[in-house]
Parts: sequence; structure tokens; C-alpha cells
Amino acid sequence: MHKLEKIWLLIGIGTLVMFLTIVGVGAFAHGNQPPSDLATLDPQKVDQTPPFDEPGLKKIGENEYELVLIAQAFSFTPNEIKIPKGAKVHIKVTSKDVVHGLQIVGTNVNMMVTPGHVNSLTYTFKETGNYLILCNEYCGVGHQVMGTTIEVIEG
Amino acid sequence: MTEFVNKKDGQLALSHIAVAFIALFLGAVAGLLQTFVRSGEIELPAGIGYYQLLTAHGVLLGLVFTTFFIIGFLYSAVSRTTGALNTFSLKAGWIGFWFMTIGTSIATVMILLNKATVLYTFYAPLQASPWFYIGLTLVVVGSWVSGIGMFHQYAAWKKENKGKPAPLISFMAVSTMLLWLIATIGVAVTVLFQFIPWSFGWVDKINILLSRTLFWYFGHPLVYFWLLPAYMCWYVIIPKVIGGKIFSDALARLAFVLFILFSIPVGFHHQILESGIDPFWKFIQIVLTFMVIIPSLMTAFALFATFELSGREKGAKSLFGWFKKLPWGDVRFFAPFMGMLIFIPAGAGGIVNASHQLNQVVHNTLFVTGHFHLTVATSVALTFFGISYWLIPHLTGRTLTKKMNQLGIIQTVFWTIGMFFMSGAMHTVGLLGAPRRTAFTTYGDHPEALAWMPYKTAMAVGGAILFVAILLILYIIVYLAFWAPKGQEEYPIGEVSNDAEPTPLFFENWKLWIGISAVLIILAYTVPIIDMIQNAPPGSQGFKLW
Repeated sequence: MHKLEKIWLLIGIGTLVMFLTIVGVGAFAHGNQPPSDLATLDPQKVDQTPPFDEPGLKKIGENEYELVLIAQAFSFTPNEIKIPKGAKVHIKVTSKDVVHGLQIVGTNVNMMVTPGHVNSLTYTFKETGNYLILCNEYCGVGHQVMGTTIEVIEG
Repeated sequence: MTEFVNKKDGQLALSHIAVAFIALFLGAVAGLLQTFVRSGEIELPAGIGYYQLLTAHGVLLGLVFTTFFIIGFLYSAVSRTTGALNTFSLKAGWIGFWFMTIGTSIATVMILLNKATVLYTFYAPLQASPWFYIGLTLVVVGSWVSGIGMFHQYAAWKKENKGKPAPLISFMAVSTMLLWLIATIGVAVTVLFQFIPWSFGWVDKINILLSRTLFWYFGHPLVYFWLLPAYMCWYVIIPKVIGGKIFSDALARLAFVLFILFSIPVGFHHQILESGIDPFWKFIQIVLTFMVIIPSLMTAFALFATFELSGREKGAKSLFGWFKKLPWGDVRFFAPFMGMLIFIPAGAGGIVNASHQLNQVVHNTLFVTGHFHLTVATSVALTFFGISYWLIPHLTGRTLTKKMNQLGIIQTVFWTIGMFFMSGAMHTVGLLGAPRRTAFTTYGDHPEALAWMPYKTAMAVGGAILFVAILLILYIIVYLAFWAPKGQEEYPIGEVSNDAEPTPLFFENWKLWIGISAVLIILAYTVPIIDMIQNAPPGSQGFKLW
């Protein structure tokens, strides 16, 4: 192998190792894992299965909330959500029918919503305002209207 | 080695390329209309749906244009370097061609009848007509038969040339088809055992997560199946076109072997945000995903080494003087070169997409669409056009005229500018949060969504420029096939540099590579797949929501 090629590959592979180390430390030491909830449920009995029998925002602790959402073609339930600024929000979501996506524009909240599975992540809204939640996985002819908003208010 | 592709083999290659360009035209019409709908310029007439167009666009360009062009090109390369195809290989090629053509026709009719508006990823539980899945199955089975035909020709050559390494481009063709065969097992299993029984109603329910995992087991190597034929052109064809030598035969083979090993056990990086998969396994596959960057770095080095060496041979002195010595006026070089150049930002974007946490910022946004319009729709497409400029006249006994060469350069410039606008706008608006695969919408005039509109207009402008480029390439292709002056157009095959190290024979120890590949796949997939089956929630019935 050419000497320059060895140097080139050494730099390249070195950079890769550095990348992967950063990503790995972030994931395993700091706990920054992508949403990967392992909980399952019967997609035909979403309405009877807790916590999805009572969708909405629930206070579960000091400045801590659980937001339970249901995705179905072509809407999210509940429709009107108000969250105090700076509160820790545990978002849980599932689908009643096909695959959907849950994305909150302007934040890093983004996850796949597959029927039969629960997905979840925790987020703290640091700014007040009107946030757009939308479905980012094609789910049928009305996919483009599937969205709702969250109002983040002074806590 | 013969200098020409045998006439009969040429017809096989040309038939594939003809279907590829018909698909390109239809898919491009769909694409143009999509950009206009998304930006709110037009509404579709006659009850045609946006998502119907999007399904056609993805299937015709992502699956049909690529697969047909690749198999046609690979057959021509095998025939050019190992001699006329033997009876078995030629027959397999034609059987494969008809399977794929019939399959494509069935799938396309189902899409046009609005019975398969499920996009080209056909995620369950959206349920298309069973005939859509059967059509896709025929395409895959046909490609297998073609692959076996190529393997047979290669094996026959090896038998007659014991102890000699196979011609480099034939080795690469075999590697590419081997990668394809291993990869398509995943999609074949999910379509045959999950989608077809479920869509006929023989079973009520489908395991969603398993079907998605089997799809992405196939879906990522699919992109390397698109890319490797472009690499074949870059490694073997381009050195000859620029009057240089192949930098190293052995390292080129090593790169292809690494692609076979590392492009398959990596599908989870398309499922990073998905529930039901332990993040540990996602991370394992992300590490494997990053391994595939190594052969691409090797390729970049080899190509620029070839450019520099040939430039210096032509008398270039200064550090970058060789750059000017490249044949910028030769479209056979210029089009693939622009493809290479764009692969640099394209690859960087891919690293972002696959980076565990970073994926959350861009997943299912237009950033991703922008990404693969650089990789497959620019790096790969421009290289395929670059191949067509000489391959079609070579096969039809005509020549690439000066005028067509000029037009090809204009085509390449249009394509690059169009893609700069379209893909650039997609990347930017994706970072702002605009979702992919979504028809015109303002989400009730939400200010965030309204702010995306100027970018969507930029996408439409890019789309329009690209469509002009499509019309140009189609004119050139038809001209070269039917009207160009008769003559002999060269099929350029590069020779290896005298300074290169000899090629060891172990690169053709296929059992070894298949074995390692199997071990990696088993390592990356066994535990999560058992988990998906054992801990599966009740399955889903089908939905037709379009």
C-alpha cells in the first residue's frame, strides 16, 4: 500500500473511531439514547390499555408531567395541550392503526410510532410559545393534515 | 480479452437500458409534478393523488431505473472482459429480463390504478393489492436469475484461466450481484411470508416490527447496489477515459469485498427512532455502518491518485497542476466526475443520518430526501449517464458525436445546478423541521410551516431545471441509439499501473467472504429478531387509507 494512502486511511479511520467514541460515550455513559421503548400493547385495544385509556397531560411530580398521546389517521389525541415552561415532560405515544411519526418542530422530539408498540422520550420546553406537532411518516391520503399544537406557557 | 461486446450480448444489455430510461422518464414526470404540488403551485387533475405520484416516483426511479440499468451495464462489462456470454448466461439474462419487465409492469399498473399507494417502502400495515407485492417479487426473482447468469459466465472463465485473477470489472460485477443476492433475501422473506399471505387474506395479521426490520436489512445494501456500479465506472472506466492507469487492482478488490461485508448488517440505522429494538443493538449496527466509510475513503484516494499520476505524465508540474490536465471537455469523464465530487457532501450527510443521536434531528425530514437526491440521484445517476454516452453507441454500432458530447456537458451542468437548488433547499428546510413525504400543507397556517414555503418554491425551481436536464438526456440517449453516425465507439477498460502491487488470488475466495458476511449478519441480527418474534405484540390488520 502506498505510504500516503496509509496516512490517509490512518487519519480517516482515526476520525471514525473518534466519532464513534463520542457517540458511544453520549449513548452509554450519559444516557443519550434514541427513543427505544420496549413496551408493547394490543393495537386494537389502545383505548382500554393504560395509560392510553386516559390520554392527555398528567402531573406526576414537582414540575414533572406525563403527556400521553394517541396517533391515528389523521390526528393526534388530545388536541389541545398546555404545558408550563421548564417542566420535565415524559411523552408516551402509540398508534391505533398504521405507522406514524411524532415530531415537534423546533425541538429534538422525533420518534417513530408503530402500532403494537409504545414509544417514549423526555423533553423540557425551555421557551414559551406555540409548538407544532406533526406526523412525519406517510400514513395515508390525509397525512399532510395530521398535526396539532402545544402551548408552552409561563409556569 | 475482446475489445467489443458481442452483438447478442449487446442486445440483452440494450434491452435493460431501454426499460431503465423509460422508467426514468415516467419517474421524472412524477417528480416534477410533486415539487409543484408541494410548493402549492398546482393541484393534480383527474383524481391523481400526490402519494400515488410519490409511489410511482420511488418505484420507477429507486427500483426500476437503477436495477435495469445496473444489470444491463454489468452484463455488458462481463461480456466485454470475459468474452461472449455462454448459452446458459445469455438465457439466464433474458429470463431475468422478462421476469423483471413483467413484474415492473404489474407493479406500475397497480400504482396507476391507485391500488398500491403505499410508497416504495410499502410499510405495513398499509396494505396494497397483493399483485403489487407479486410484481415486486418478480422483479427481485428476475434479478436473481440474471445474477446467477453472471456467476456462471465468471465461473466458466475461471475454469479456463486457472490461477489467473478474473478481469477487475468482472470481479466487481460478481461482487455487486453477490451483495444484491444476500441483501434481497430479507425483502424476499418479508414479501413472501408476510405481505403476500396477509394481503390475500390468508392470514389476518402482520408483525409490523419484523416486516420493517426485514425491509431495512435489504434497504440499506440496496443503496450500495446502486453505488457499486458507479464505483466500477470510477475505478475501471475513468482511468482509461483520462488516459491514465488504474492505481491498484488489489486495493480496488479489497474495497469491493469490504462493501460486501459491511453494507448488510447495518439496517437498524434506518430504525434508530423505533420502539421495540434495544439501543445496544442499534449502536452495534451503527458501528458497522461506519465501517463502510473505509472502502469509500480508499476509493477517493485511488481515484485522485489516478488523476494526479495521469496529469503528471502529461507534464503537469505544480502541486495541483494535474487538475487542469483532466479532460474537462469529455463528457465520459465530466459527468461521472461531477458525481464523484457531489459524493463528498452526500457521504457527509449520510454520516449525520446514521449518527445515533443526530438522527433525531433529521429523521423523516426533508433533509433525508435531500441526502439521497445527492447520492443516488446525482452521484449514481450522473455516473450512469456518463456510462450511457459511450455504452449505447458502442452497443448500437454508432459513435458519440462532438455535438452530443457538448450537449452531455450541458446536461451535466443543468443537473448539477438543478440539484443544488432542490437538494440544497431540502437539506435546509429539513433542518428547520419540514417532514418528507408530505403533500402541500400549512398545518392550519402555523408560522413554522409557513416559513418553509420559500424553500419549497426553491425545490420546485430545482425540479424544473432537473426536468429540462431529463429531456436533454433522453434526447441524447435516443439520438445515440437510433440516429448517431455509424462507427465504432470505444468501450473503455482501464489497465493497471505498472507500479501497483500484484493481485493476490484470495480476493476471489468467495466462500470466505460469504462466510464472514454471514457471521456479521448473524451477530448483528439474531438476538434482536428473536426478540421481535418472542415479544411481539398482537399483529396488525391491513389498512387502506388512501
